[in-house]
Amino acid sequence: MLADKDRIFTNIYGFESAGLKAAQARGVWSGTKEIMAKGQDWIIEEVKKSDLRGRGGAGFPTGMKWSFMPKESKDGRPNYLVINADESEPGTCKDRDIIRHEPHRLIEGALLASYAMRAHACYIYIRGEFMREAEALQNAIEEAYEAKLVGKNACGSGWDFDIYVHRGAGAYICGEETALLNSLEGKKGQPRNKPPFPAGAGLYACPTTVNNVETIAVVPEITKRGASWFASFGREKNRGTKLFCISGHVNTPCNVEEAMSVPLKEIIEKHGGGVRGGWDNLLAVIPGGSSTRLLPKSICDDVLMDFDALREQNSGLGTAAIIVMDKSTDIVYAIARLARFYWHESCGQCTPCREGTGWMYRIMQRMVRGEARLDEIDMLLDIGHQIEGHSICAHGDASAWPIQGLINHFRPELERRINEYRKKLVA
Amino acid sequence: MSVAVKKDFEQPKDFKFSKENMVKVELHIAKYPKGRQASAVMALLTLAQEQHDGWIPEAAMEEIARILDMPRVKVFEVATFYTMYNLSPKGKHHIQFCTTTPCWLAGSAEVVRACEKHLGIHLGETTPDGEFHLSDVECLGACVNAPVFQHNGDDFYEDLTPENVVKVLDDMKAGKARPGSQTGRVTSMSIKGATTLHDQAKKAGVKENS
Repeated sequence: MLADKDRIFTNIYGFESAGLKAAQARGVWSGTKEIMAKGQDWIIEEVKKSDLRGRGGAGFPTGMKWSFMPKESKDGRPNYLVINADESEPGTCKDRDIIRHEPHRLIEGALLASYAMRAHACYIYIRGEFMREAEALQNAIEEAYEAKLVGKNACGSGWDFDIYVHRGAGAYICGEETALLNSLEGKKGQPRNKPPFPAGAGLYACPTTVNNVETIAVVPEITKRGASWFASFGREKNRGTKLFCISGHVNTPCNVEEAMSVPLKEIIEKHGGGVRGGWDNLLAVIPGGSSTRLLPKSICDDVLMDFDALREQNSGLGTAAIIVMDKSTDIVYAIARLARFYWHESCGQCTPCREGTGWMYRIMQRMVRGEARLDEIDMLLDIGHQIEGHSICAHGDASAWPIQGLINHFRPELERRINEYRKKLVA
Repeated sequence: MSVAVKKDFEQPKDFKFSKENMVKVELHIAKYPKGRQASAVMALLTLAQEQHDGWIPEAAMEEIARILDMPRVKVFEVATFYTMYNLSPKGKHHIQFCTTTPCWLAGSAEVVRACEKHLGIHLGETTPDGEFHLSDVECLGACVNAPVFQHNGDDFYEDLTPENVVKVLDDMKAGKARPGSQTGRVTSMSIKGATTLHDQAKKAGVKENS
């Protein structure tokens, strides 16, 4: 278990004020100028060495992503950092706690990351529902400007840096980085074709890197305590500490920072207070937010919570949002409700996703009642395959994954419902 | 993805931002590079909604298009794309229940039913006195404090039960409802006390998990 001294987010529950003074007492904004004096490439190298992988779901190596940004502008276009605070993946509520209780860690990270990537401006795109969180963040930014930590000659480093909050207005798809950029430009939040990738042409067609809140907020500690400290947690290629959200059928749902690669069972028992009715009452867990495929209890017994261990189980770490379901759960409804989510949140741009998510949702609704044919189980898989890879962004792919997880592990339950419904019809 | 526009209400003929809000309009536009003022369209729509009793009339969209020098249809596109923009009146207290899987697992269906019963309306309806409007929304991003609802697009009410939610509604009508956890939890910490950050918990006088 991670020791308290190794936790980055020491105010994650908001025991103390989110304000500047309290944050400084926790070590935020200390030695920032000295870190910047080590140079832009040093920061990128340190982040590379720490093996930090993006905390927004895809797990792309952060240092590598940063190194894609042009080091100097040949045509006068500026570089931008955009922070993705559009946290909307069902099960996920970690960035909310960073923003409302540790906003200065995020702002300090934004300065270091922007400096490393030669960006003078950073936009934080926060989901519209996080009204109070946006206020807390705005307050913190104003404090930072006042104290000359950001703005002209930020922290006395000689680097000019501006940071802005942009509020969304309720669209899950804006968590997709190119949809987010379109939304930031004042358009409908519909994803763009890639290439060009944002590092080549992102916000206002300028080189842009989009990073998750947690990714940016851990950068100051990585640079201050050293890459080797961060890399001492977790398994190879899955390093560092991580915020986990434990929701659903546990005795004490909570957010908690733990080491990467912590066993799923351990984190549920130690922090989540255990599964309601005991471990043997566990039916399944969705390990990384709604887009990751569910795991039946047999896998949950000893699986580790990291990118590669969950990938091996045909699922994923995603946002590390652990959704626990005990044996009382109507597992078919639980997944049908997610199918409704993906249908509702499809931006409507690509036909396979727009229509396919609706087809899957409607079939899933009948599956809940058993009002379906047995061959429609395979039809569901087939529709998913028809969507996958045929849409601009990953929303279409992701919409099929929860259903695939259900069919892979709970096909007998679907068949039982269908057969029972048939029997009732005959009787 | 979009919000249907109902036609059983009056659209005002004109819309102007108040003097106070015009200052905010300028501040929002100043956040973006020159010539990129369209980026402020979301902030201006939100501002219009706040000024106009929680919904955005068509006249406001036209005014925003004029201020930002955008084609009107581009503003309409944005206003209809995002779910938080209300294009019709929603009552004094707009209650938006999260009913996505994590909240559903924690009992959101029972919480919604208790509210419907208490107010005598269904999801999507407004009480005859115009006080409450109920809707269901997708994940609000407070899953470890499920079930939750959001009030008028700002405060979250968390850790709801069929019993405490009725009290929240009554308190709301009386103007004394308190947002946040309704079971006295410290934000997203385990209800039994801190499982981590023991020194910090001690210093703050928060109980620890035994």
